[in-house]
Amino acid sequence: MRARVFVTLKPSVFDPQGTTVAEALHTLGYAAVRDVRQGKYFELDIEAPTPDEARRIAAAAAEKLLANPVIESYRIEIDTTAEAVAR
Amino acid sequence: MRAAVVVFPGSNCDHDAYHAVKHVLGQEAVFVWHKDTSLAGADAIILPGGFAHGDYLRTGAIARFSPIMQEVRRFADAGGPVLGICNGFQVLLEAGLLPGAMLRNRSVKFQCEHVFVRVEHADTPFTVACRPGQVLKIPIAHGEGNYYAEPEVVDRLERNRQVIFRYTTAAGEATQEANPNGSLHNIAGLCSEARNVVGLMPHPERACEIALGSADGLVVLESAVQSVTQGAVAAAR
Repeated sequence: MRARVFVTLKPSVFDPQGTTVAEALHTLGYAAVRDVRQGKYFELDIEAPTPDEARRIAAAAAEKLLANPVIESYRIEIDTTAEAVAR
Repeated sequence: MRAAVVVFPGSNCDHDAYHAVKHVLGQEAVFVWHKDTSLAGADAIILPGGFAHGDYLRTGAIARFSPIMQEVRRFADAGGPVLGICNGFQVLLEAGLLPGAMLRNRSVKFQCEHVFVRVEHADTPFTVACRPGQVLKIPIAHGEGNYYAEPEVVDRLERNRQVIFRYTTAAGEATQEANPNGSLHNIAGLCSEARNVVGLMPHPERACEIALGSADGLVVLESAVQSVTQGAVAAAR
């Protein structure tokens, strides 16, 4: 089963990289893009009997390592149809 | 003083710290590999600058799980002096030994330059030889040194006098222009509540000899020697 973990800076935290990307987009003429927040995306292939269990494991991984709770928050999606990544 | 310099894969200021302690100060210095589980009988620990584990994920995020960090935590909990410089400071933040986190520099650039920092308090093992308010010219070299913590955490740090180094002008004024990376309250360095763990982004170990442009950083390491020596005297009494 696959867990998709999205890690983003909390709304209250200034994102210098996102701001720079937004400025670059404006330079390219994409005036409609109001704001950019840059984050990280992880795909975890998890061996788990149920989606709930996979979510629990992914949440523990996010809490402990993938996100820094001081500045970041995370969101998890579980995909039960995803094939394991070919090695 | 016997200082242990922890070496992570990707540390690159470990030799600078070793050189400053051993050859400039004439004290004992030992390297400790991050997979070691002993601090080699050290009186003080230095977590050096660099790019531990390639800064993968976040600066210091992988290094905090290195086996040696359990010993560093035990040493810190027992009141031992621990100094985190640059990446070492980032490791201390990720490990929760100091509060807060580092964001990308406000400029989104890797900043490599001499800056001025003001010593706020002289009651830590790494500032005891300083005069409060003393301004040090020492270099920074980092891309993620933009200190952030929740407003109530920053308030608590100020109340507890845990802000130990602040970016200032040469005259010691904490202006926005003197802030190289956007750190809240111009914070360049902090100490723990118990005051024995100190982290700072600037590199005192790279400013210990006039030939290198400044010897202002020496007082930070001299403080460690003074504090360890006085501690040993106190323990013997």
